[in-house]
Amino acid sequence: MSEQEYQSSQVVIIQKTAAIPICFQVNADGLKMLLYNTHEEISGKRHLVPWNSHLIPKFLRLKIDDEELTEQETAVYDRQIRVWGVDAQRRLSKSHILVSGIKGTIVEFCKNIVLAGVGSLTVHDDRMVTEELWSANFLIPPDENVYSGKSIAELCCDSLKNFNPMVRVFVEKGDLLSFDVDFFGKFDVVIVSSCSLSTKISVNEKCRRLSKQIAFYTVDCRGSCGEIFVDLQNYIYSKGKADEKVECLLEYLSFEEAISIPWRSLPRGLSKLYLVLRVIEQFEEIQGRTPGEISTADFLNVQKLRKELCQIHLMNESEIPDSLLQRLLAGGARESSPVCAIIGGILGQEVIKAISGKGDPLKNFFLFDAMDGKGIIQDISKVQAPKTEFGLGSVERVENIV
Amino acid sequence: MASKQQLSAIKGSKVLMVGAGGIGCELLKTLALSGFPDIHIIDMDTIEVSNLNRQFLFRQSHVGQSKAKVARDAVLKFRPDISITSYHANVKDHEFNVDFFKQFNVVLNGLDNLDARRHVNRLCLAACVPLVESGTTGFLGQVTVHVKGRTECYECQPKPAPKTYPVCTITSTPSKFVHCVVWAKDLLFAKLFGDKNQENDLNVHSKDGSSSSKHAEDVFERQEEENIEQYGKRIYDHVFGYNIELALSNEETWRNRNKPRPIYVKDVFSSELASQNGNLDKSSNGDTPSLSAMASLGLKNPQDLWSLKENSKVFLEALKLFFSKREKEIGNLSFDKDDQLAVEFVTAAANIRASSFGIPLHSLFEAKGIAGNIVHAVATTNAVIAGLIVIEAIKVLQHDIKNYRMTYCLEHPSRKMLLMPVEPFEPNKSCYVCSETPLDLEINTHCSKLRDVVDKIVKAKLGMNLPMIMHGPALLYEVGDDLGEAEVANYAANLEKVLSELPAPVMGGTILTVEDLQQELKCSINIKHREEFDEEKEPDGMVLSGWTQPRAAEKNGKTAVDSEVSTSSASEAVPLETEDDDDLQIIPTITGKKRKLSDISNETKNKRKAEELDSKNDVVMLDDENSDMSKKKRQQ
Repeated sequence: MSEQEYQSSQVVIIQKTAAIPICFQVNADGLKMLLYNTHEEISGKRHLVPWNSHLIPKFLRLKIDDEELTEQETAVYDRQIRVWGVDAQRRLSKSHILVSGIKGTIVEFCKNIVLAGVGSLTVHDDRMVTEELWSANFLIPPDENVYSGKSIAELCCDSLKNFNPMVRVFVEKGDLLSFDVDFFGKFDVVIVSSCSLSTKISVNEKCRRLSKQIAFYTVDCRGSCGEIFVDLQNYIYSKGKADEKVECLLEYLSFEEAISIPWRSLPRGLSKLYLVLRVIEQFEEIQGRTPGEISTADFLNVQKLRKELCQIHLMNESEIPDSLLQRLLAGGARESSPVCAIIGGILGQEVIKAISGKGDPLKNFFLFDAMDGKGIIQDISKVQAPKTEFGLGSVERVENIV
Repeated sequence: MASKQQLSAIKGSKVLMVGAGGIGCELLKTLALSGFPDIHIIDMDTIEVSNLNRQFLFRQSHVGQSKAKVARDAVLKFRPDISITSYHANVKDHEFNVDFFKQFNVVLNGLDNLDARRHVNRLCLAACVPLVESGTTGFLGQVTVHVKGRTECYECQPKPAPKTYPVCTITSTPSKFVHCVVWAKDLLFAKLFGDKNQENDLNVHSKDGSSSSKHAEDVFERQEEENIEQYGKRIYDHVFGYNIELALSNEETWRNRNKPRPIYVKDVFSSELASQNGNLDKSSNGDTPSLSAMASLGLKNPQDLWSLKENSKVFLEALKLFFSKREKEIGNLSFDKDDQLAVEFVTAAANIRASSFGIPLHSLFEAKGIAGNIVHAVATTNAVIAGLIVIEAIKVLQHDIKNYRMTYCLEHPSRKMLLMPVEPFEPNKSCYVCSETPLDLEINTHCSKLRDVVDKIVKAKLGMNLPMIMHGPALLYEVGDDLGEAEVANYAANLEKVLSELPAPVMGGTILTVEDLQQELKCSINIKHREEFDEEKEPDGMVLSGWTQPRAAEKNGKTAVDSEVSTSSASEAVPLETEDDDDLQIIPTITGKKRKLSDISNETKNKRKAEELDSKNDVVMLDDENSDMSKKKRQQ
């Protein structure tokens, strides 16, 4: 692992030998270290071992402390440094983000994260501009002469570069499914949007195969509703104020693990939107539709699928109301700009938290419906029923380890 | 894009945005994308470098230009077919009168100060135009809807007042760094560079302070042939040395306090000042684009903590630069957080004073935040809030009254919610702005002048812009462009008169009518005569009641620190997190701790507002038919 990679994220795993992968956290005030032996499990729980800081390679300590923000950075980022501190700003400027599937929500997110001052942003979407893609996108002028065969990612890249000259913006081309594990290893944060269920699962799984911890998100808006999924794997962050900082560990499920949890064992008071989105997502997957390629004409078939799923999950169909299903079907692939702004804003905030290690990160779904105005966090990892085949590591555990 | 019904409501609409800053940029973009065809936008500000991290319609090359105009041009690039009208002007200008407001279907606020918010609230009430109000700070924010007669107006609930401090804490007994900053900014900076005629408490440091004031008058004037450096050192010695010694002579003050240490130039520099001067002369020859003492002294990082010596150098250098390079402005300057040299001077002066009083020193970055009342701001919250504003605006256009919501954007989830909608409250029946409830004013009618009433009550508390004061049919005071000379003279003379000696004498039992024609706000004030007032607790020498009093002012009477309260009522729900954690706290429901649902209502309540908020929420939650949460809560 190169020096640069060390600095690019807060929590680093050094694969020194295949036998002892270790994990530690870099704090700015010197180096309060944690070594985390991922192979060692005691009674089924992974545990963290405090370690002496002198075992950490010296160049690391030097590097983190050395780098100061430039005068320009201090001037432009003044107001936000007052929110999250210089240290977080420094981390942001060394982080690398990948987004795939550029519709309104992702455009909003890109704007936010470029303004925040990340190291680089890579945008991926080979589609050409269509009315649908244009409608919630403020990065593309309504002038077809400008498009000249450029993909939506290329057009957005040109605009985003202007937002903040201190951030590098790149375009990546190709089929998202064809990207291998090493490709994702170049990033600290990977976000996928408007792609199929199986693609989401596949990318998530590739990110998880890397020794480096990658923050993975999926995000989509459908009409007046929006959803964010977060997978930070085993995430360590600090909590509290300067004097009384505690380190916390959160364990996340992969997207596949989370959506496979039997519905009956999901937390009570679950947002109906969560289940409705699962049904629609399944429907699109089975029918081979692109996300949002649905209409009220599909209602009967979707109802059928709902019935089947409810039977499998031993769930009453009334938990997935017709009215909400119909609203989402009617919405199709259309996005509501205010909802994009809201979801893209929350996602931006979450990514900033994940990179900086400051603040409680969202775990693990966020659901918003403009109809009732609620933005709800849903933790889909608490298995209350006996352990299932999907429930591996699903017992939520927050530990103070310092 | 919105649904069909929404689109048709949007299509015929005409909206006014006030503010093209952090929220404004996001809002204008989201309105344009949502298909709003006719948007008018007012903002008096020009673009600053520190805006660029979140006001994404602006670029480095736009610094110095009108926010409203640049925002308009930027949005027209991606939505050229809509109409955007920009006004680079103050919303309080005459042209934006009630008739102007009447042309809009809804007004959307993205403002950064209480004063303008109140003004717009009144115009919206007068013009019967719904108002969607908003505010953010850091990750917190809120959106509220105000429709005359249906929901509370912006001023129905008390607003947090700018933080204030007792005079003597600032002038004699500072105990926190913020006290030193206020002293450096509002007293010392104002004394040296501001309007010489302004009242200034700089030398009120002991009960018998009068003995020093004569001396002081001379001290702050630069002598005819005095060179700048001598002058600077003399000021330094006077405020950090002599004045402290004078204060020390009053032993009563220090019985229970740590005594401050007088600091003189010679103590700090001993012999080396000569060599430093040489250095300064050399560097100040170079033409730096913005004048900076830090730059001339080779100090780079604003996050660094300077030593007493460095602070002293910055102090002397900044003073020198003001008098040598910006002499013309002296006498007219007021502190501006974007004025680098002013920030440097205030930081250094505050730090030297802090050294004197044994208070920990702070970096320029920190001092700037305190002095400028800088509001923490990030793009993401503004984007979220703008989205929420548009959602409410569309409901207003559809007259979907039962679905109006005020929404809080929280930093930590409360009841699993990061975005928490709450039904709007009914108008407050005793609100002096949207109801016609009279106010009571206790005042000593034999001592207080009409000017005191105008400045301290009518302008400062009632927020009137162009007030008119009547006693029955007799007009006591009025402002306006169309007044004759005789009238102007007459009103000017009235201002200086004691209330009981006015042409139409104002005494206990008198009912005054105060009216602002621009805001179309009229209210009555019942005068009650009272002989004495507590100097500390009632520094105004008068007490207004029936008026929704800003929260901070409740505890103790204070001298106001002028500041912009940026979040409007955001701070109501989620009080601002500021540098000074002792006084202001985030409400418990948004602290980082994990908690059970059932704990929430039993939380230790925030000192200010949480109690009210919480109870209100409960009521609302029960009414909410979709609220599973409330049912659950009741079960518990």
